[in-house]
This record gives sequence, C-alpha cells and structure tokens, in this order.
Amino acid sequence: MRLSEVVKILQAEVLVPAADMEREVLTACGADLMSDVLAFSKERTLLLTGLTTPQVVRTAEIIDLAGIVFVRGKRPGPEVLELARAQSLPLMLTRFPMYESCGLLFQAGLGGCMLGRGGGHEP
Amino acid sequence: MAEVAAMSHDLSYDLTIPVTGHDFLRAGEAASRIKKVLQALNLPPQVIRRASISAYEAEMNIIIHAYRGQLALKVTPEALTLVAEDEGPGIQNIDLAMQEGYSTAPDEIREMGFGAGMGLPNMKKSADRLTITSTVGQGTRVEIVIQLS
Repeated sequence: MRLSEVVKILQAEVLVPAADMEREVLTACGADLMSDVLAFSKERTLLLTGLTTPQVVRTAEIIDLAGIVFVRGKRPGPEVLELARAQSLPLMLTRFPMYESCGLLFQAGLGGCMLGRGGGHEP
Repeated sequence: MAEVAAMSHDLSYDLTIPVTGHDFLRAGEAASRIKKVLQALNLPPQVIRRASISAYEAEMNIIIHAYRGQLALKVTPEALTLVAEDEGPGIQNIDLAMQEGYSTAPDEIREMGFGAGMGLPNMKKSADRLTITSTVGQGTRVEIVIQLS
C-alpha cells in the first residue's frame, strides 16, 4: 500500500512528509511497546502507535520502518518532528483510535507481520 | 570517557561511545551511530539489523538503570562484538532478568515504550552469543557476539 493511500484511508494529517508519498509500505504493526516493535517487525513496516516520544523515531531509524502513524490524535512535540525530518521519516497523525486505524488499513489490504496480507485474507 | 574510533591495518574496527544514565533525550544516539558505522562497513543487512537492535536495547538499559557506561563495538572479519559496560546497581538475579516480561524499570520508563522486560531477551534473540556478568552495587557487563564468517 502506498503512503498516500494510508493518509487517505486514515484521514491523516501529514506531519512530516516522505520524499516520495507514493512509496510502498509492505506491512504494518500497532504497538506502544518499542521493544516489541524491535523484536517482531519486518523492514518497510508502517508503525501505528499512541506513543509520541523521541524513542519512537529512534526505533524507526534502528530497524528502517517505513513511517509512523500517531493514533488517537496524539500529537508529538517539535523535537520528535525535527528528529524525523533529519531522517526523512514520514510522520502522520490520525484521530482514529488504534483498533480502528489498524482495522481500516487491514481491511484495505495492508497485511501484518504474521498473517501477511489483509483485506479478505482467509485464515 | 573519550570517544575512540580506529580502523587498524588488520581490517578490524573499534568504536567506543559513552552513554550517560538517565539521559533520555539522547537515548538512541549511540545505537544510531553504531548502525551508521556498520552500514559504512558494508556488512550484510541482517547483521546490521541484529546488531543495531542489540545496541539500542543495551543503550536503553544503561540509560534506564545505570549512572554511566559505554558501548564498545569491535568488528573483525570473523565476528562483530558489542560490549555494553556500566557503573550502576547491577543485576540481582540474571536468570530472572533474562525472562521475558520481568522488569525492575519504573513506570515512567514504560511510558516511553521500554522497561517491559524485553530488552535482554531481545538481545539474546539477536545475538549468536550473549554473556552477562554483573556485580550488585557496582555494575553490569553485557557482551553480544554476532558471527560474520
């Protein structure tokens, strides 16, 4: 799924744009625990989180996440935006809560790290 | 503690980065520098990923628990070794600390997305060999080895 589609589906505000918003993200994960993100996510994963600390951006840098969506309308501080800009890491903000945000993306075909493809996936 | 970086003639690489306890604003900087060095050394992406995750968790552990410490990276053609050493309270029970979900970190650390007892297990998962030695009241040394050949 392209980043521009993520923005559309989640009615998201783009806080820090990617150099190319047509870039594909392969999977997504929703977590507030950065150690879990470090342990389980794959490359070019989109992270949905309710956490707005600089450690979220650092985590993205360490494992090459494709971007971050802050859920529940949680807005990160300027130091987080600055850190993301320095790394060209796209940041988005949606007012939807975590469960709905994940559900909307999965329904639209963006799979997770374990089951893979969403949207009509047969278990 | 001075920062040291040296590329010696036998194709090994050394880098030591100091880490300050409770410096949450800079948390992740040391791991980020290590990742950039490993990328510059052209190591395989999976090695870079495993080493960067280990470095980040080790750095967070020093920041969360210790007064001061350092991350030391050594890369030879055979192996990548990462040593995290700190002056701090030490670990009372290493077996317990290795269990997923066991944590002595305070709540404000959990609010940052860490301190959920996954740090050492994550490092173990990323490493080919993990060695922990600790003296209560003095500090902890964690050594992570990733084989390269």
